[in-house]
Amino acid sequence: MIAFIIRRFLQSALVMLTVGLIAFGLFRYVGDPINNMVGQDTSLQEREALREGLGLNDPFVVQFGRFVGNAVQGEFGISYRHRRPVEDLIAERLPATLELSIIAALIALLVGVPMGVYTGLHREGFLSRVFMTLSLIGVSLPTFLIGILLILLFGVVLQWLPTFGRGDVVQLGWWSTGLLTTGGIKALIMPSITLALFQMTLIMRLVRSEMLEVLRTDYIKFARARGLANRAINFGHALKNTLVPVITITGLQLGSIIAFAIITESVFQWPGMGLLFIQAINEVDIPVMSAYLCMIALFFVIINLIVDLLYYAVDPRLRIDSTAVGRHH
Amino acid sequence: MTVSANLVDGVRRFRDSDVYYSFKHSPVAIVAAVVTAIFLISALFAPWLAPHRPFDPATVELLDGFTPPVWQAGGDPRFLLGTDDQGRDILSTIMYGARISLGVGFAAVAFAMVIGVGLGLVSGYLGGVIDAVIMRVADIQLSFPAILLALLIDGVARSLLPRDMHDEVAIYVLVFAIGISGWVQYARTVRGSTMVEKNKEYVQAAHVMGIPPALIMLRHVLPNAMGPVLVIGTIHLAVAIITEATLSFLGVGVPPTSPSLGTLIRVGNDFLFSGEWWITIFPGAALAILVLAVNLLGDWLRDALNPKLR
Repeated sequence: MIAFIIRRFLQSALVMLTVGLIAFGLFRYVGDPINNMVGQDTSLQEREALREGLGLNDPFVVQFGRFVGNAVQGEFGISYRHRRPVEDLIAERLPATLELSIIAALIALLVGVPMGVYTGLHREGFLSRVFMTLSLIGVSLPTFLIGILLILLFGVVLQWLPTFGRGDVVQLGWWSTGLLTTGGIKALIMPSITLALFQMTLIMRLVRSEMLEVLRTDYIKFARARGLANRAINFGHALKNTLVPVITITGLQLGSIIAFAIITESVFQWPGMGLLFIQAINEVDIPVMSAYLCMIALFFVIINLIVDLLYYAVDPRLRIDSTAVGRHH
Repeated sequence: MTVSANLVDGVRRFRDSDVYYSFKHSPVAIVAAVVTAIFLISALFAPWLAPHRPFDPATVELLDGFTPPVWQAGGDPRFLLGTDDQGRDILSTIMYGARISLGVGFAAVAFAMVIGVGLGLVSGYLGGVIDAVIMRVADIQLSFPAILLALLIDGVARSLLPRDMHDEVAIYVLVFAIGISGWVQYARTVRGSTMVEKNKEYVQAAHVMGIPPALIMLRHVLPNAMGPVLVIGTIHLAVAIITEATLSFLGVGVPPTSPSLGTLIRVGNDFLFSGEWWITIFPGAALAILVLAVNLLGDWLRDALNPKLR
């Protein structure tokens, strides 16, 4: 048990170190940091003094150590474009992305699970076929195309919903929320549905196949033989047992929701971290890029770590042969 | 045997095969194959088949700009699906765009396949530390979504290159980014089949005969591991096309000077609000139909090659 946890932690640390190296390499060696800080008329002596003062002449290991030290404290330098500390920019944009992602995840779960249960129970039903066909189309339609189609329909033709931005936001301390105003909620509808659709099809297909699997097992047949009501069997026995993988996959998908948020934010000009990152790539704003890189890596590493540890806690089979743990069978 | 006799023999063997039988009896697969073939042909022969030459400034008239599709008021029979802001024929730009999209897609799949199959063979055949290292890297990579990885690699590569080089190398950067983010599936599958195959007698016989390991892997093990690789390749092609379109839509993919379907959608998106919906919707529909067809082909191929389902 302890060996497994230590190994997983070491692996996570290794990933973070690699990502940190890439981010640092970008930060330090792409373009000249000094050039990005001073004006045209700065003399060579002044530049050299600044270079020495910032420690840019120190050995690589010392510089990298300093970068990691700052990164751990959440300091990633000044954005070349916005001329403001990167951590401030991110803190400002974080609420927009998190609200969008969480609402999207909720929609995906609340619609995907019932659809999956229904298609699992009524395999040959007309509605099931409709759902399955729709999900195949949903997988084939890229996220940004779904967004464009929604904008065309509800924004341009029907003019029901705003097509860009967050609408009216309310400041709660440092957190800005769009959930408290009608304008904010209206602005959230299309982006969150766009972001949710792909995950929804995934969850639906997963729940469906898990349900089909569970409904074939002996204990379900036995429950039917006992004369239990269909409702009790389907929801009390079958659905309950499908939920462990569903929760795990949804947890893992939270990371990919944040990744796909980049696309959705770009389509709807949603002022979140993804939009910040895309703009940073286009403008070669390296401090923002390396900060986002580190943040998203940390996020993924933490999610994977939690899921792995949870699995270990939930599934006793993993504990029996410690030699096979962490290796692929 | 002459070449033509060989060919006839090959065709006959194909027509007697299970795969062809299953293809003949699956209307979905036939439709998907026809649609894919139409896309492939019109992409491959775009310079000859396209009604206009949209990227030749000499033949494009700015006055033709914003012509709606032919069935709408103001449509022009010369431009079946209308024109964009610069007077370029949408149907022609789609054909040229599909050329780039499919080109990048196939190149990225080939790249991922070579890396993935190579590492999978080595990993499965040699085992030990090499296997552990390769599979650990694969595990780590799998925990990130491919599209994010491609975006990050693309972004990093773009910031490493000088600005004026971006447009020239954009396509190669894309192929690299999409390819690298997709090798894991191939490696895992091939590793699995290799580990099964390497204990079989024919491989041991080859080994005893003194054939070098590299040759055994390529000539003896690989052909027996290729079936699943083809299935993954087909589905990966759909994913690669979507990834390319997404990156181009985000503005970090193919430049507008030689647009892919994704770039066309991005450019047309600006005109959505002023009512010129056809500039973005037709390339979008083309992309969706192409990806759907390739996905359906992949689904069919997976079932056809899976002996358990017969």
